[in-house]
Amino acid sequence: MKLRVNGRERELEVDPEMPLLWALRDLLGLTGTKYGCGQALCGACTVHLDGEVVRACVTPMRRAEGREVTTIEGLSPAGDHPLQRAWTELCVPQCGFCQAGQIMTAAALLREHPQPSDEQIDRSLAGNLCRCGTYLRIRSAVKRAATAVPPVK
Amino acid sequence: MRRPALILAPLIATLASCGPTTPGPPAPGPPAPTPTVAAGQLPAPADFAGISDRAQRSRALFLAASPVFHHPRCANCHPDGDSPLQGMDGHLHDPPVVRGPDDHGVVGMQCQGCHQDRNLELARVPGAPKWALAPRAMAWVGKSAHEICTQLKDLNNNGGKDLQQLVEHNAHDELVAWGWSPGHGREPAPGTQASFGALIAAWVETGAECPQSEAKP
Repeated sequence: MKLRVNGRERELEVDPEMPLLWALRDLLGLTGTKYGCGQALCGACTVHLDGEVVRACVTPMRRAEGREVTTIEGLSPAGDHPLQRAWTELCVPQCGFCQAGQIMTAAALLREHPQPSDEQIDRSLAGNLCRCGTYLRIRSAVKRAATAVPPVK
Repeated sequence: MRRPALILAPLIATLASCGPTTPGPPAPGPPAPTPTVAAGQLPAPADFAGISDRAQRSRALFLAASPVFHHPRCANCHPDGDSPLQGMDGHLHDPPVVRGPDDHGVVGMQCQGCHQDRNLELARVPGAPKWALAPRAMAWVGKSAHEICTQLKDLNNNGGKDLQQLVEHNAHDELVAWGWSPGHGREPAPGTQASFGALIAAWVETGAECPQSEAKP
């Protein structure tokens, strides 16, 4: 099965029903994407599939075949996406487990809404749980990053 | 709940024929009774043969099909609000999603981000092709059989489907089919898609009449 992961063509021999998360973590070594609940309820496994937010823990490999997957490792080659910089500047991560998922969802949000309102942030990130309760910092970091994201032309 | 026996049908039809003598369409008359069926089942169109009045039979057919529209497996994604519902008690969907501009959620929380083209038994996430909320204009929660019937026939609010397309949609659509194959311990809608489709087809064949506003199955 062929797919592109973070811009690189990959070919994997997998059961088509294997969750994408398994392939990313166990076969490709991309462990930035986390396993949380395994039921699409927590958002820790959030990645992009052709730019759309999906929960990798419930996305079968057959759905990813021939498509582009972006994980936290591929969001920015140097790890300096405006969201990653804002996350660092505002000390958003506490335990950090959910943060890759939070950032991946926020990246999709900023692409569609470069200057999101509080309500837009809350609605888009409602599926990404943070047990450390960093929601206020997350919202601030998204807004800080929004000022650094150039508008789509 | 026990329903009145079909034997009442001829009497009801007779009473209905004793309406006003002035010209014009006859008054709908009292709702026609539906056959008694086991819990979780639907009657067959043939069970309504005892209702001689065609319009009365049509109303009775729709009323008999209406428990499907009202069943949580179907109604939960036809809410009269901006969030889907879950469970037999119709509680708000968790995680808290909203319908968004096109009834598929908002960026980051779109239906297909979690729901696949089929049920995931291990993860217990339900799925089917075209998973989405019904448009607000197609809300069924809190609506009577009369209101749902009127809404279904409204080309402006039913996706532009004529009656034959409605039959096809209800009898064969793969998202509609999920209501009878909901996966992981969820109670399916009454009957089968085939028996539901047969009732809808018979309803259309008899004139697609809508039940009276207070009629209940």
